[in-house]
Amino acid sequence: MSEPHFLVHSPKDNVGVVVVEDLKAGTEMLGVITETDTTINVKALHDVPIGHKVALQELKEGDTIIKYGEDIGRMIGAAETGGHVHVHNLKTKRW
Amino acid sequence: MSEYSFKGYRRENGRVGVRNHVIILPVDDISNAACESVANNIKGTMALPHAYGRLQFGEDLELHFRTMIGTGSNPNVAAVIVIGIEPGWTNRIVEGIAKTGKPVTGFSIEQNGDIATVAAASWKAKEYVHWATSLEREECDIKDLWVSTKCGESDTTTGLGSCPTVGNMYDKLIPRGVYGVFGETSEITGAEHLCKARAASPEIGDKFMATWQAYSDDVIDAHKTDDLSESQPTKGNIEGGLTTIEEKALGNLEKIGHNSKYIDVLKPAEAPEKGAGLYYMDTSSAAAECVTLMAAAGYVVHTFPTGQGNVVGNPIVPVVKISANPRTVRTMSEHIDVDVSGILKRTMTLDTAGDALIENILKTANGRATAAEVLGHREFSMTKLYRSA
Repeated sequence: MSEPHFLVHSPKDNVGVVVVEDLKAGTEMLGVITETDTTINVKALHDVPIGHKVALQELKEGDTIIKYGEDIGRMIGAAETGGHVHVHNLKTKRW
Repeated sequence: MSEYSFKGYRRENGRVGVRNHVIILPVDDISNAACESVANNIKGTMALPHAYGRLQFGEDLELHFRTMIGTGSNPNVAAVIVIGIEPGWTNRIVEGIAKTGKPVTGFSIEQNGDIATVAAASWKAKEYVHWATSLEREECDIKDLWVSTKCGESDTTTGLGSCPTVGNMYDKLIPRGVYGVFGETSEITGAEHLCKARAASPEIGDKFMATWQAYSDDVIDAHKTDDLSESQPTKGNIEGGLTTIEEKALGNLEKIGHNSKYIDVLKPAEAPEKGAGLYYMDTSSAAAECVTLMAAAGYVVHTFPTGQGNVVGNPIVPVVKISANPRTVRTMSEHIDVDVSGILKRTMTLDTAGDALIENILKTANGRATAAEVLGHREFSMTKLYRSA
């Protein structure tokens, strides 16, 4: 298998983590769900830095984001599939 | 003797150290100068200056004494000089450390002055260095090793790679009788249900939840002015792609692996007393504060996963840095002891990464200096619970 562009912890997750440097918008990304060792393909909509998250499906304001199969917060904006998910559109439900 | 053995210094109380420091310990901030003078006079000693020790009271004072006595009692320390402004609190710390059976002498400055105190303490420190440097390492089983963990400048790669590597190490070593500890109370927020479920009994789980809830109520809710973004998660965490405290907490918890259950919840700097196994300690997530507390509880090697590249070290405990972030491993290679970036490329398994970490821990225990030691990182940070009187 070629090296993945992003990794996903759990099949329940709706975001993945970019694990390569200098990822450019338009890249046809290969992803691996580590829990099941299965692959998925998503096209990157933005230049996304290493370590940052991309949406694996269309996400609307108010949606709960799942990572590690667990709730990590809610969308305060939207993201299309392959879009960047970070502090501009995702916020904690705590504090 | 299992295949996992190392050569350490067996101390008077049976505990095993992996370093052989002679430390000059100030009781309080105003005794730092005298301690640093002694350390300058006597090569092979190390002063541990810090900011506190005056007009503290209540639980905060108890924590101060626990941290001071615990630091001196750590088996990585061969002998201790304690210097304080007055003899009362100085002797309390000397007597606490003396329970280990190791050499310890206290000096106080009032009615002597810095110069006479430094002279007397320097003579004793010289004697201690000659004695400590004559000690020899002996073969020890892995069960004599106490290994702590806390991550720092985390990013999403720590939850994918370096934290699970520590978890894999604990899954392999805890069954062999190693003592482990994790903590970071604020940073369990979002994963507290999962952390509670990893307690060895419902009572211990309740003890954890009470600790977590008290911190949330008394510190976070009492003092927060926003959602803590840029503090917890830190600015560096956010740069690395972590967005929320829940996400950070879930990555943090990867450090305890899959199999071990924690057998007690420790107060900051409290030594474990329920035998070998994994413990939870109520600590801050600030790296130097947390490592200082774990060292004061008696842990002798610290494993430190980092994503963006936290450079922290500790004066008495070697800190082993593990990173899975290929950019950090490339741009900050002098700080990284174990490179597990292959996990992200899917060219390294977690099992292989865990073995690489164990190999590094054993080399470190045998005396190999960590990156933080070579680079002179000796951050000694006392935890303060509230303002002094």
